[in-house]
Amino acid sequence: MEFHLTTPIPPKKLKEIKIGDIVYLTGTVVTARDEAHLKALELHKEGKKPPVDFEGIGLFHCGPVMKKNEQGEWTVVAAGPTTSARMEIFQDEFIKVFHPSVIIGKGGMGERTSKACQDEKCIYGYFTGGAALLAADRIKQVKDVFWLEELGMPECLWVYEVEEFGPLTVTIDTHGGNLTDESKKNIEANKEKILQEL
Amino acid sequence: MMKDIAQVIEDTAAKLLKIAATKLPTEVKESLLKGEKETEGALGKSQLQAINENVSIAEDQSKPMCQDTGLVSFFVKVGDKFPLRSEVKTALIKGTKKATQNVPLRPNAVDMFEGNTKNNVGLRGFVPWFYFDLVEGDNCEIIAMPKGGGSSNVGKMKMIPPGKGIKGVKEFVVEALAAAGPLACPPYVVGVGVGGGEDMCMNLAKKALLRPLYQYHKDEKIASIEKELLNVLNKLEIGAMGLGEGPSVLDVHMEFAARHPASLPVGVVISCWALRHSGATIDNEGNVEWHPH
Repeated sequence: MEFHLTTPIPPKKLKEIKIGDIVYLTGTVVTARDEAHLKALELHKEGKKPPVDFEGIGLFHCGPVMKKNEQGEWTVVAAGPTTSARMEIFQDEFIKVFHPSVIIGKGGMGERTSKACQDEKCIYGYFTGGAALLAADRIKQVKDVFWLEELGMPECLWVYEVEEFGPLTVTIDTHGGNLTDESKKNIEANKEKILQEL
Repeated sequence: MMKDIAQVIEDTAAKLLKIAATKLPTEVKESLLKGEKETEGALGKSQLQAINENVSIAEDQSKPMCQDTGLVSFFVKVGDKFPLRSEVKTALIKGTKKATQNVPLRPNAVDMFEGNTKNNVGLRGFVPWFYFDLVEGDNCEIIAMPKGGGSSNVGKMKMIPPGKGIKGVKEFVVEALAAAGPLACPPYVVGVGVGGGEDMCMNLAKKALLRPLYQYHKDEKIASIEKELLNVLNKLEIGAMGLGEGPSVLDVHMEFAARHPASLPVGVVISCWALRHSGATIDNEGNVEWHPH
């Protein structure tokens, strides 16, 4: 199935989506990697709010290459997904606290994230790793940037307006499905067989 | 007029980094196109289609194919009659800063305590990393190799018991690739270094990635192990982007060094599909010959 979603995405809509489905996203997407996840969660613990409301929007595991144009405005040069597994250690907490609707990354995520996606109604969409120019093409506007000085270009929060961002292959749905987990189990089983035969 | 050779090296380094970031070596491109053609499952095929379309846009628009433009290293062979020595290093560092601005490259040099340096040059003198070699002759050969963080994160080294022999080496390579799984943008290219010490095996593994795809080791014994590993690693069924369909590994290259009797070090360096490197040779008058790419 193919879905075209617009942020903010109602949880009811997310429930219709299953692993293996294809999603295109329109609306607001914010980049966040290791440092930004940590900082947002630390602020939350101190009772403060991060500068972006993540509820219902897309959270993009991405450290883009950005460039200022002649008018001094930020433009996207390249913006593919980074390896999501690094965020596994705090993604579940992030989902529980901030309620993003679609997490965009590559390489898939683990059990903790899957569980949080099921409990809080969030999906994980897989964008082709390294396809940074295809991704950049779907980003229509750089709306804002936060924490640039402190965290640097790859780690800060870039707020993008995107149009038909995708195709995103859904590998975690709201029903506990995790396509990457299935693939990993298959790899493990194949490994055992290969080691026997070497 | 005599050319300013330091300036030539700086400009060459910047251009090499641009070529590497924007244009895949021909045989890598061809291998990915072949992968797309031969992949049957729709999930895997669509991943390879996206990769190939992205590679073609990068080349047409001279933009980095991936936002992770890597941590920079240079493989340099300096001829004993080449006019510059230590200035080569200074010029390559300047070239890296220049490319960061001009390509642009993503600033990827992060100091543990001071944060991102914003110019891809480390504060403590080790990034970019240099592999220097002194050779006979008048020329200086430079190969730029930026490598992404995601695929570096799945690199592995192990000191295996020498009693396990070559079978132990093969087992470790299989284990390393199974562990990498979907994490580091497959289809992968795999470099394996065997022998030397704990540091040398990793260096050899990285150098092995520079050998063109499908060009196997000139020692037939080693070539046959490379081909065997290529075959078995694809049976892992990692697939394009780890979704189980299409090629898992495009090629495997190995380099062997002598080892200590008590040690059998094995290094595995894995490249994502974007195996990026480019080279040029500068003569003693500052003329640049770009290597076929």
